[in-house]
Amino acid sequence: MRGPEGARAVIVYGDYECPFCAALEARLHELELRVTFRHFPVRASHPRAQAAALAAEAAGRQGAFWPFHDALFADQGRLEDPHLWARAEVLGLDLARFDADRRSDAVAARVREDFRGGIRAGVATTPTLFSEGLTHAGRPVPALWEALRQA
Amino acid sequence: MAPIEAGQPAPGFSLATYEGNRFTREDLLGKITVLVFYPFAFSPVCTDQLAIYQEVLEDFEARGATLYGVSCDATWSQQAFREKLGIAIGQLSDFEPKGATCRAFGVLHPGGFPQRALVMTGPDAVVLWSHQAENPSDLPGANLIFDALDAAQV
Repeated sequence: MRGPEGARAVIVYGDYECPFCAALEARLHELELRVTFRHFPVRASHPRAQAAALAAEAAGRQGAFWPFHDALFADQGRLEDPHLWARAEVLGLDLARFDADRRSDAVAARVREDFRGGIRAGVATTPTLFSEGLTHAGRPVPALWEALRQA
Repeated sequence: MAPIEAGQPAPGFSLATYEGNRFTREDLLGKITVLVFYPFAFSPVCTDQLAIYQEVLEDFEARGATLYGVSCDATWSQQAFREKLGIAIGQLSDFEPKGATCRAFGVLHPGGFPQRALVMTGPDAVVLWSHQAENPSDLPGANLIFDALDAAQV
């Protein structure tokens, strides 16, 4: 979770290879909301989404989840393993630990738990956003920003 | 038009498979089937409901349920769509006569394409559960299918 305390809370189910999710992220930044991101990698559509999610969680184990998360959305075309290692290196992470963590059962379980939570909540596409009674699924539209600006 | 309701027997129908065979009411017998009606192949959503059902397909199979996507696209379009999505879920085509099966199940949108709907049938080809999204852009979550399997105690 990140964002100003007391700001409107938003939960986003997303996938690092999804361009609509990247578009949503960019605007959420601007709106200064309190955002919780949950992984919803759909492997059939996005072959690198799972690896990216595992890498983000591994970075999180070293206190760098959000910078890694932002770095993934900033360059969705570069999600192969060397690109993931490069991001970890730029962030000054312990690479051996990063690699072990991203391949670990614990991290896989964490991503799977996010995914299953999304399934139970009825997530059927990415991104899906929940915010204080408001639900939005799919490509962000102007009406969504209007709704989120309201307190 | 409203979707066929639980308790009603599945109507007679005939859909085309990619292999050139017909899929009919007889193919529903002896198993639990979920027909996933969707408006068009290649419609612009980033992550398709079928790709999401694919993620939990093992769980559906463990519950004894087989899923099929159904649209009015030709079988070749459906196959291309299936390959693009990278899914194993089989596709059935309601291309000719267009929408006849959708109409028989009560899920034909006035625009001449399938509503976004789910119909679950049991081993006797009687409908166990059906659901239609309020509009075609509302994607039904996989949780609805699991809930229906729980409710039908299968």
